[in-house]
Amino acid sequence: MSAVTGAIFASGFFSSEAVRVAVVVGGVVAIVSGSVGVFTVMRGQSFAGEALGDIGTTGGSGAFLAGVGPLWGIVAIDVVAAAVMELIGIQRPRGRDLATGIVLGAALGLAALLLYLESTYRNTTGAAVTILFGSVFAIAASTIPVVALLGVAALAIVAALYRPLLLSSVSTEMAAARGIPVRVVGALYLLALALAVALAAMTIGTILSTALLIGPAATALRLTRRPGLAIVVAGMIGVAAMWLGVLLAYDSFYWPPHGTGWPVSFFVVMLIFFVYLLSGLCSRAS
Amino acid sequence: MINAWTVASIVAVVAGLVGFFTVLRGSAFVAHAVPNGSFAGAAGANLLGISTLFGLGVFSLLGALGIGLLGRRGRHDAVTALALVAMLALGSLFLSFSSEYAPEVYSLLFGEVLGIASNEVAPTAALALVCVAAIMLLYRPLLLSSVLAEVGEARGVSAFRIELCFLAVLALASTMTVPVVGTLLIFSLMIGAPAAARSFTDRPPVAMALSVAIALIIVWSAIAASYETNYPVGFFVGSVSAGVYALGRGWAAWRRGRTIQVGGGSGASPATGGGRHGGVSTIVT
Repeated sequence: MSAVTGAIFASGFFSSEAVRVAVVVGGVVAIVSGSVGVFTVMRGQSFAGEALGDIGTTGGSGAFLAGVGPLWGIVAIDVVAAAVMELIGIQRPRGRDLATGIVLGAALGLAALLLYLESTYRNTTGAAVTILFGSVFAIAASTIPVVALLGVAALAIVAALYRPLLLSSVSTEMAAARGIPVRVVGALYLLALALAVALAAMTIGTILSTALLIGPAATALRLTRRPGLAIVVAGMIGVAAMWLGVLLAYDSFYWPPHGTGWPVSFFVVMLIFFVYLLSGLCSRAS
Repeated sequence: MINAWTVASIVAVVAGLVGFFTVLRGSAFVAHAVPNGSFAGAAGANLLGISTLFGLGVFSLLGALGIGLLGRRGRHDAVTALALVAMLALGSLFLSFSSEYAPEVYSLLFGEVLGIASNEVAPTAALALVCVAAIMLLYRPLLLSSVLAEVGEARGVSAFRIELCFLAVLALASTMTVPVVGTLLIFSLMIGAPAAARSFTDRPPVAMALSVAIALIIVWSAIAASYETNYPVGFFVGSVSAGVYALGRGWAAWRRGRTIQVGGGSGASPATGGGRHGGVSTIVT
């Protein structure tokens, strides 16, 4: 028995502080992203979700340059970016991707400038890579309360808006006919999305933030038509992929090439991607 | 410096042409995902010690066709996001295997126009010619399928086949531009310039020409500003593109306001609010 567990969990997995933080933070982020993501996929705002992660890079490097913690930089710029997207016209299906694209282009331009200034004045060339790709094993335990707070805030917005948000995501016209202020609901949802993505981008990096936001939600929506159930399924898929990814990444320290370990994001994204492809086969068969 | 001007101008022409259809088709996400994801190909090629251009080409083509095929059954934007993160995850795996690559990531993402060698001009020009030729060849069916997909289908233009062709052109365009100007520059140009152009005119050929002209202006002013200030070109391209788009929106709003005044508020103005999408797509929506 111990030989089996020893083969699955490499030595020191349960006693490692980094693993414990990664499991807790990764779990919280996966649940928040999965729940918020169901509406992102239903509303067709995947691009906005992905872009807000990239835009977070700009805030992170700006905060780094100013000498404050990256967290508030990321949260601030994501909320501002979401507001500008709303102003340009993310609520119209045809203008949606354009609004996101314009904001993303401008923010990435700013990121280029900030990273340039960083490498000139602070002499840190690796900053771009660190912020973009992130690492779950490098999270400080002290960020857990902030992560929980932001996660609760994002979930609270979605929970408070649940019914009007659902109706306006399925059919804007029907929601408007029932007297739901569609634009206000959309703007508030965008705020929740910005918080959730900022939270994820800060802790686990841009790639994983998009993967956890879109992948589990898209899979869940293929498996069930009931939105409430889809949120639960998406959260479960996200947490399972995250934890399995952390385990595999920890074990991969002993895989070739020796002594580096494979990135967590690689495992988590691949797991999510394959689950999505599998769900396509299931829904096609039925 | 001459190389930078030449290559940047070539890139601007291709971005203006391909970008016109990107905006028309609402494919901004794909235009972001394909060049961004193809960076994994560069990382992989670096690991294997083969040509970066080859790695970029293979990955951007695989990514684009993968999005096209999977998007047929699933939600298009969710599939695009998943394809992008899958490619980026592979990229991060390749990066973790080779230790010396980190600084080059910056130049791939944000480009280094001012550091273009003269032997890079010829391949870029050749790929650009192929892109422009493909757009010219596809012009009519692509336009029809982008604006009125149902009418296109009725006339025997398969929307799916056109989508795959367009994605292949997009992959080609990103392959040629990423090593030279970075994923950021090409994306800003592809979206900002045509989106602004469509605020000024409703006629597709005029909008295409205007889009190319605006892209050229953006690139030239960005290179000049970068040369003067030493700040990265990507910053100027990004901010000038957003500025030009804001100008276009302002112009459209001003003109609409005037039409209402002249027409005495006869109700002819679009009541949808926000910006115009040009005459052709107004028919669709």
